[in-house]
Amino acid sequence: MVERSRDLFEEEGFSSRLRSNGYKTIFKMNRINQKLSENKKLLSIYFTAGYPKLGDTVEIIQQLEENGVDMVEIGLPFSDPLADGPIIQASSQVALKNGMTTDLLFQQLKDIRKTVSIPLLLMGYFNPVLQFGVENFCKKCAEVGIDGLILPDLPLAEYEEHYAEIFRKYNLINIFLITPQTSEERIRQIDAASEGFIYMVSSASVTGSSSGFGLEQENYFKRIASLSLKNPQIIGFGINNSETFQQATKHAKGAIIGSAFIKMLSDKGIAGISAFISAIRKV
Amino acid sequence: MKLNKQIPSAAPPNYNVNEKGYYGEFGGAYIPEMLYPNVEELRQNYLKVMAEESFQKEFHQLLKDYVGRPTPLYFAKRLSEKYNTKIYLKREDLCHTGAHKVNNTIGQILMAKRLGKTRIIAETGAGQHGVATATVCALMGLECIVFMGEIDIKRQAPNVARMKMLGAKVVPATSGSKTLKDATNEAIRDWINNPLDTHYIIGSAVGPHPYPDMVARFQSVISEEIKKQLNEKEGRENPDFVIACVGGGSNAAGAFYHYLDKMEVGIIAVEAAGKGIDSGESAATSALGKVGIIHGSKTLLMQTPDGQITEPYSISAGLDYPGVGPMHANLFASGRGEFISITDEEAMDAGMQLCKLEGIIPAIESSHALAIFESRKFKKNDIVVLNLSGRGDKDLDTYIKHFN
Ligand SMILES: Cc1ncc(COP(=O)(O)O)c(C=O)c1O
Repeated sequence: MVERSRDLFEEEGFSSRLRSNGYKTIFKMNRINQKLSENKKLLSIYFTAGYPKLGDTVEIIQQLEENGVDMVEIGLPFSDPLADGPIIQASSQVALKNGMTTDLLFQQLKDIRKTVSIPLLLMGYFNPVLQFGVENFCKKCAEVGIDGLILPDLPLAEYEEHYAEIFRKYNLINIFLITPQTSEERIRQIDAASEGFIYMVSSASVTGSSSGFGLEQENYFKRIASLSLKNPQIIGFGINNSETFQQATKHAKGAIIGSAFIKMLSDKGIAGISAFISAIRKV
Repeated sequence: MKLNKQIPSAAPPNYNVNEKGYYGEFGGAYIPEMLYPNVEELRQNYLKVMAEESFQKEFHQLLKDYVGRPTPLYFAKRLSEKYNTKIYLKREDLCHTGAHKVNNTIGQILMAKRLGKTRIIAETGAGQHGVATATVCALMGLECIVFMGEIDIKRQAPNVARMKMLGAKVVPATSGSKTLKDATNEAIRDWINNPLDTHYIIGSAVGPHPYPDMVARFQSVISEEIKKQLNEKEGRENPDFVIACVGGGSNAAGAFYHYLDKMEVGIIAVEAAGKGIDSGESAATSALGKVGIIHGSKTLLMQTPDGQITEPYSISAGLDYPGVGPMHANLFASGRGEFISITDEEAMDAGMQLCKLEGIIPAIESSHALAIFESRKFKKNDIVVLNLSGRGDKDLDTYIKHFN
């Protein structure tokens, strides 16, 4: 995977872009950076691995790519998902009951790069990663072709002090979150530490709230856009239809849909993916 | 009784929290970014606020006039005779609302007010911390929302009624296993959803830094008083041993606090073994836990090999928590503390014995600490202080059922 990334790097001449973005060391080209450089608004989908059925993981990812999704966040289920609302909590519980484990997820993803080429991220809480062993986890990610990690409860300072080097060694991009309450000073710190995109939480809430975006969010989206951060922003939390997708991507590089997608899976299963995605993309 | 041995390693010089929020390798603030502004605001202010003279004055005045402090240090003559040693009971059971929990809620409500917060949230298991929080919210006229596992709401009906009488809203936690850890998750989620006006009064020496340290400081009034009272009674401030039960670890943190670095004082922490450490139904975190992250803190917790947090079990709802505060994880890992686990059966017998010998009905949590005398022997002249963290009124049903 590293080999292939290097090819991409040279072929498509990203080095100047990366350098101009202020990278201290040139980060090996990663599928995430490549995707972010495309001239389009990105749609990213989150789902919980092992839900609805234990063996659905690979098929869901394939379907998402076939239907034009740009990036996928594969959720590693956790017993105590602090930042998640009822829908993702419930899907995590079902996934664990179905028998999903970290080991099993890596087994399921073993051949994913034979059929899927969009960027794949793992999203989960830090404790299961810690128990697996952070280095071992990163190594496995690299082996199966994961491009980045989103671990909401691994704080910036801990990451930089203890884990950044390991992540880099395995060419994994760590994604940090910001919220409407994050101070500009901290946003700039997070921007400096980020090497892909910034995950912009749309409002002060756990996942799955769906009240739509009002003036407050609009102003927040604009404020962040005006900061000229070096990393593009992708907005998540509360995006559930084409309207909220349009609102979010007006000021950001892309948007992430989680709870609404999982709810659709609960109702319609894998067969519903195609209609769901085209409805989101409809302007 | 089972002694959970840990070989003492090269001991760190300091058993209290360091400036980064760690006790040895335990602690820190493993929180999602959504909580960062709240926790950071608290971290930046808590020591400053606590050092203010007006804060100290109000805190101590309330502890005296409202809580009823100082609580007595009582020489338990008949208990001492039975076990052939000198046992003092620190009577936290005599605090207003029936347990040590209120020391912390008084401190935190004053903190919340100084930070300009108008809405208070809390988690509760058995309902003791919920009652103590509802109490101080009534006292200060602040809105109070208590998260409680759906299963616990059914098990602890009298405390639910108390909270409601005190004006609190009790919200059932219906996620996960519907008990204390899930109530804590729900409180944290509520805080994420209400980042500006809300203060989260956590109920034990757990959670992200600065909570374990802040709670320990509020509870440290316990050992501050012990020192003074023991000096009056025995002419010395330091007992040979101080004993406390550990759920999350707040009463123990308070009882140990001023003795942490006094190596001549033995520290004994008592955990709930439930039906036995190897029974699969236990809450003995030091014996069964591994290092991990729970509720924002790196500490010892009970979990599957895959890192999923498991459900603990104890007859005592207050000890029924799958983790332990980072101070205690470090006391265990460093060998500074002696950790003993006590089964349901042993605790219930010890509780009943205290009723008969001393005329005190203890909380079942405290009964766990009392039970160690059956097998942990002390010398005749040893001075042993046991923190009697709460009274047993809330547990009558459980006692009655157990002995029928
Ligand atoms: C009387 C009593 N003792 C002890 C505890 C355990 O908590 P901690 O370990 O924080 O003291 C509780 C908790 O509810 C309690 O009510």
